[in-house]
Amino acid sequence: MKPLIFALRETPPERLDLSPLTPERLAGLSAREIGEIRLGRSRRALTVGDLFRVSGEDFETIVFEGGSKRFDGIGAGMGDGTILVTGDVGAQAGRKMRGGRLMIEGGAGPHAASAMRGGRLEILGDAGDHLGGPLAGELAGMNGGVVVVRGRAGAYAADRMRRGVAVVLKGCGDHAGSRMIAGTFAVTGPIGRLPGYMMRRGSILLDREPERLSPGFVECGAPDSAFAAVFDRYLMAEGVLKRPLLGPRPGKFGGDNAVAGTGEILFRQG
Amino acid sequence: MQSLTVNGVAIDDTFAEAFGMRATAVLITGPNRKWARQAAVTMTGFATSVIGCGCEAAIDVELSPSQTPDGRPGCRVMLFAVSTDELQKQVQNRVGQCVLTSPGSACFAALKGVADLKLGAALRYFGDGWQVSKKFGGRHFWRVPVMDGEFLCEATTGLTKEAVGGGNLLLVASSNAGALAAAEAAVAAIEKVPGAIMPFPGGVVRSGSKVGGKYKGMMASTNDAFAPTLRGVVKSALGPQDNAVLEIVIDGETSEAVAAAMKAGIGAVTALGPQKGASRISAGNYGGKLGKFHYHLKELLP
Repeated sequence: MKPLIFALRETPPERLDLSPLTPERLAGLSAREIGEIRLGRSRRALTVGDLFRVSGEDFETIVFEGGSKRFDGIGAGMGDGTILVTGDVGAQAGRKMRGGRLMIEGGAGPHAASAMRGGRLEILGDAGDHLGGPLAGELAGMNGGVVVVRGRAGAYAADRMRRGVAVVLKGCGDHAGSRMIAGTFAVTGPIGRLPGYMMRRGSILLDREPERLSPGFVECGAPDSAFAAVFDRYLMAEGVLKRPLLGPRPGKFGGDNAVAGTGEILFRQG
Repeated sequence: MQSLTVNGVAIDDTFAEAFGMRATAVLITGPNRKWARQAAVTMTGFATSVIGCGCEAAIDVELSPSQTPDGRPGCRVMLFAVSTDELQKQVQNRVGQCVLTSPGSACFAALKGVADLKLGAALRYFGDGWQVSKKFGGRHFWRVPVMDGEFLCEATTGLTKEAVGGGNLLLVASSNAGALAAAEAAVAAIEKVPGAIMPFPGGVVRSGSKVGGKYKGMMASTNDAFAPTLRGVVKSALGPQDNAVLEIVIDGETSEAVAAAMKAGIGAVTALGPQKGASRISAGNYGGKLGKFHYHLKELLP
C-alpha cells in the first residue's frame, strides 16, 4: 500500500495546526472528510484540500511532501504509525506524542517534543528553544520516549524533563537541562551557559567538560562506570551515535545543590 | 535389566526422572574475567540442592566482552527453586550479598519469562537515597553508589516456569579414578550446552540419594542400591566389578536443554570408553510417579 501523502501546494499563507493529521485521527475517514479538515488558524479557515494534494491509502504511514516553518503541532498526540516530513516544521512538533515515529527531515521550531510521553521523534535539522520543554504553566516537560536532534537545539533544551531520552548532536544553547526532574539528556558538541541550572535529578551527558556551570554544581570524581558503557552502547545500537559518548570513565558534577542536588552532569574526559 | 552397549559402555534401559521448577538467570559482568567469574562463583556457592540450600545455581556460560551489555567479560548464572517466592528470596539475597559486594561488578537480566523477579528494584535501597533510576531502550536500571563507583543493576529479571530440575546420569566404574574421569568428561561436555547447569561441586555428586530414610525427618538418605560397600547386604544395582559410582545432576531452562545436556554427557562418557572411564551408565528415578519429566537413556544415545 502506498503511504498517505500530503503534497504541499504552496507555502501556506498563515500558521497551520497539523495536529489532526495523525494516523489515529485519520483512521476511517474518507478522502472527502480528510479534505474538509480545518488546519488554518485564522478566519480564512483553510482546509486540507486547500493546502495539500492528498494521495495514497496506507493511513499508518503519513508523508508530508514539502514542509514549512508554519507547520505547527505536527504529529501532536500521535500514538502509533509513522509520520515523515520532508521539510521544516513549526512549533510544537510531536507535542505530547505517545507512540509511533515522527521523522522531520528539516528543522523544527520551538517546543518540539514538548511534554512527549512515548515514541520516537527525530529531527535531522536544528530544533528551536524549549526542546521537550513544558508550555507555560505546565509542571513537567518531556515525560518519556526518545527525541533525537541531529542538528543543534536552542536554549532551555530538556527543560523540566522528567523521563525518557533526549539527544542533541550538534550542541545546544544556554540552560540545557534546566529544572530537570529526571530522565536522560545527552549532548555532543558545544553547550551554552549554565547547563543543568536548577536541576533536581536526572542526567545530562556531555562529550566534553562543561565550561560555565551553575555554582550549585560540585565535582564528584570519575570512577569506572558500567552505566556509561551500557548507555554508550545503547546510543550506538539505536543508530544515534557512531562513537561512544562518555567513554569508560566519565567525570561527574553533582547538582544543582540550589535545589535537590541529586542530578548529575557526566562528561567524557580527555 | 536389558542393556545396550556403546563403545563397550553399557547403557541401562532406564530413565532419569525430573521435576518442574522455577528458574531465573542473571548476567554478571566484572572489570575482567577473573572478577566476573569470582562474583558468579561466590553467588552460586552453597547452591547444590534445593533440599538444603534453598536453590540450585551455577554458571551457565561465560560470555566474552562483545556478548555483554557493558562490553566487559561476564557470566550467565542460572538459579532454580521450587517456588517463585523462594526464587525471589534467593536471587535477591545472593545478588545482594555476593554480586553487589564484588569489585567492579554489574548485574543484568538474562532471561525473558512469564513474570519478573526483583533485582535492582529491591537492592536499590542500599543506596540510601542516592540511588539513581535509569530507563532507556525498554530496560530499567538502578545505579547504586558504592565505594569503587557505582553498582549497575537491572531492575528485574525474568522467571520461567518451564524449567526442569533433576536430570541425571549415574556413571558406574570399576575404580574411583575411572568414575571420576568419566564424570569430568561428562561435565566438560555438558558445560557447552546452553541453558543447562550442574549445581553440584564441579558438576559431580558422589552422595546420590533416595527419597526418605529410616530416621524420622530425613527427606533423603544414601542411595544404598548404588553404594558399592553395601553391595552384598542390600538389593544392589551394582555388579561384581563395580566399585565407584558418580552422579551428574542437571537442571535446565527447558526440558530440551536437560535432554541435550544428558545426551552430551552420555556421548562424552561413551567416547571415553570403559577402560579409562565408566563401564556403565544408568539414571536415577522414583518409579516414574513423582516427576513429570522422564529422560530415557536409550533415546539419548550418541
